[in-house]
Amino acid sequence: MAVSPPDREDPMTQLELASQNGQTVTDTSLDAAALAIRGLTVSYGEKPAVFSVDATFPKGVMSAIIGPNGAGKSTLLKAALGIVKPISGTVRVMGQPIAEQMHTIAYVPQRASVDWDFPARVIDVVLMGLSRELGLLRRTRKAHTDKAMSCLTRVGMQDFAHRQIGQLSGGQQQRVFLARALAQEAHVYLLDEPFAGVDAATEKAIINVLKSLRDEGKTVIAVHHDLATIPEYFDHVFLINTTRVAEGPVDTAFTQDNLQTAYGGRLAAGQINNLAV
Amino acid sequence: MLDLGYNAALVAVGATLLGVAAGVTGTFLFLRKRALVSDAISHATLPGVALAFMVMVALGGDGRSLPGLLLGSAMSAWAGLLAVSWLSRRTRLAEDAAIGAVLSVFFGFGIVLLTVIQSLNAGRQAGLEGFLLGSTAGMLYTDALVIVVGGALALALVLLLRRPMLIVTFDPEYAAATGRDVTRIDLAMMGLVLAVTVVGLKIVGLILIVALLIIPPAAARFWTDRADRVVLLSGALGGIAGLVGTLLSASAPNLPTGPIIVLVAFALFATGFFLSPHRGILAAALRYRHYQRQVHVRQGLLALAQGQPIYERLTLRLLRRAGHARPDGVATDQGRAAAAKSLLDERRWQLLRADPDFEAAAALYDGLRPIESVLTADQIALIDRTLTPEALV
Repeated sequence: MAVSPPDREDPMTQLELASQNGQTVTDTSLDAAALAIRGLTVSYGEKPAVFSVDATFPKGVMSAIIGPNGAGKSTLLKAALGIVKPISGTVRVMGQPIAEQMHTIAYVPQRASVDWDFPARVIDVVLMGLSRELGLLRRTRKAHTDKAMSCLTRVGMQDFAHRQIGQLSGGQQQRVFLARALAQEAHVYLLDEPFAGVDAATEKAIINVLKSLRDEGKTVIAVHHDLATIPEYFDHVFLINTTRVAEGPVDTAFTQDNLQTAYGGRLAAGQINNLAV
Repeated sequence: MLDLGYNAALVAVGATLLGVAAGVTGTFLFLRKRALVSDAISHATLPGVALAFMVMVALGGDGRSLPGLLLGSAMSAWAGLLAVSWLSRRTRLAEDAAIGAVLSVFFGFGIVLLTVIQSLNAGRQAGLEGFLLGSTAGMLYTDALVIVVGGALALALVLLLRRPMLIVTFDPEYAAATGRDVTRIDLAMMGLVLAVTVVGLKIVGLILIVALLIIPPAAARFWTDRADRVVLLSGALGGIAGLVGTLLSASAPNLPTGPIIVLVAFALFATGFFLSPHRGILAAALRYRHYQRQVHVRQGLLALAQGQPIYERLTLRLLRRAGHARPDGVATDQGRAAAAKSLLDERRWQLLRADPDFEAAAALYDGLRPIESVLTADQIALIDRTLTPEALV
């Protein structure tokens, strides 16, 4: 890999630093970021899924994590949150160690990760987002169900509150998960493929909610698989293929070169030309 | 009222509370889909029972003291539980393989120890094999007290931890992402199962305790779709099984208490399996038949409305029986009216389903439901404005 041009906006990764002949760069972006990941390596067995990744997601914008299948997109998110145990790495949220900031983070897992035949109604799932507030013993009161209902209304699912979760379509399940995250009143929202396999109405509903969160000053970070909608939906991208490929504002980082590097032969040249900004 | 006698009354109280504790605790295990871990835990109690006996005898004690034996069984069950969770998390073995390995090795070791005890202390062997299937005949007041206190303690802890445990059972990734230690919550859940298992050794024994942990929640699931109600109902069913089982076994000489309790629990399960109006197989079969017939009538009417022939004999028979068609397949006046209504309904539904504003109503579409049952007259009028004129004819 060639030495990075000096005017590059994103901070260098440890891998790149290693090839800079001892020249060090002071990393000031760590504390300004909503989510800053440094030197994160995750491995299943001895083949790393994510290797020595540095990532910096700025506050108050919508960021997409993109990359080919098996590039470690979801793993990066899960390891940052501690769902998967990394081999190494530091994660800071709003400049603090993530362990002290868990209450400011809301996570929306892939909907396929749970069994939807679980005995629960839609509102019960959303109420799980309030469990920190409820603690161990406090009873669920009207104030709590009201709050859960308002989160459901925000995703357009208020009429489904008392339905069994097994009766929902895939898109509706995804919106229930988003409502549960909204109930946490977090500052940083992390979503794992929120648009995977959902209908057009759901995609629109979700993107509207995410944009309104950003407009309130919240940070949204989503693993995303549809390159065509990147410029329309997101402000910032992070390209990964086991190692970091590039990151930055969509205008400067979502380029043909970077997509070519991340996806290699998996995207035809013509496709890339159509997609990149 | 049945005259139980002192022993049976003690057993009844103990078995009822054990049933409640097992039913409530087992629900979390059942919903976490790790029911068989309890089988590994229960079989892993055996070496502990034997070792505790040997230690107590070596120290000059009686060897048959129930608290001592239960303490020993809890320690070896905990070792078995840690072995299962270590094997399934740290090696490539799947949990079912880890369960099988741990269960058989611990149980085998326990049987060897029992045989050794038998040969060394033939006279004082104290019926340790009673822990295999439970033996309530010689139950003492202090034994019952140990069971009641242990069961109540486990129950209280389950109620305290119910919220984090439910979140972990539904969505462990989410639980981890909200800063919860999923491994520790899982271990706490299994620790409570272990406590119930140990408490239940005297009454139902280690081989059958798994039934009391799994059957009540499986039975309760037939009746409700809410986790908190599954927990309560499962506890109630477990308690009923414990009480009724004890009474039944006391009603005739030489009936084993533990196995009878398990059979009563199964009877409760079978009741739900067949009769639950919601998830029972009888209701499901009836619903399917009813739905199938409705579909045939609806499709028949749509065919009539569009002048198409009716191919299926069942369809024609149902239309005839409803007075919609003559035996030769020609629609009656009533049939023509019903057919026109069906066609209009279907067209309105298609419009409704294409309109995102009606999403909740659209989710109710099943090809049968009359449109008036989901929309007001005003909403129907709104939809009708987009209907093409020929569709209204």
